[in-house]
Amino acid sequence: MRITSNRIDVGKLRDELADPAAGAYAGFEGWIRNHNEGEQVLRLEYEVYAPLALKEGDRIIREARDRFPVLRAECVHREGMLEIGECAVWVGVTSAHRDEAFSACRYIIDQVKIRLPIWKKEHYRDGHSGWVNCERCAAHGHAAAEKRA
Amino acid sequence: MSKSITVRYFASFREHAGTAEEVVDADVATAGDLFAKLANRHGSAEPLGHCKVAVNDEMADWSTPLEDGDTVLLFPPVAGG
Repeated sequence: MRITSNRIDVGKLRDELADPAAGAYAGFEGWIRNHNEGEQVLRLEYEVYAPLALKEGDRIIREARDRFPVLRAECVHREGMLEIGECAVWVGVTSAHRDEAFSACRYIIDQVKIRLPIWKKEHYRDGHSGWVNCERCAAHGHAAAEKRA
Repeated sequence: MSKSITVRYFASFREHAGTAEEVVDADVATAGDLFAKLANRHGSAEPLGHCKVAVNDEMADWSTPLEDGDTVLLFPPVAGG
């Protein structure tokens, strides 16, 4: 798990996962979109409590490796101010076959969203701003995880 | 017995409290007791289940007992990704 205030270089990160035994790579990128719940979003600010985000992120990656036969797995999350279209989070997984790469990638992003001490503040076109309260995303994540279990 | 607890607030909690960290003396048994006691500081109407807590830099739960000198991190509902 890594936290960075710099642009996420997805190509470079993917190359770092290369493995001669890998037949599949699955990647997920979360991007900053220009709207949320009817509001026009100009930019987004991430606050991360890094000591625990790193610890919990590493734990999630270990869990994914225990559940699925994965060769390599990594996750990077941004902190600070991000503009529309930027990559806020990246997950990459390599494995022998595609099923486990998809499953492990999905597991990691779902858990990252509900467990890591990360908060986002949206800055809107009309000048106000607000912390995103992710209860609903969390509920979706739990429901999806239960369905898969 | 009153305990000296260092409390750290994050995101919306920090903005409401107007500070990132403070030391409080409180007669509390668990992290949940502390959360309830500090309602006017973090300003949260969120049920405990939506918020998270860490004690001495380890993720904890609301029933975690607190000891004198502990550092408690209060996290509003997270929103990564």
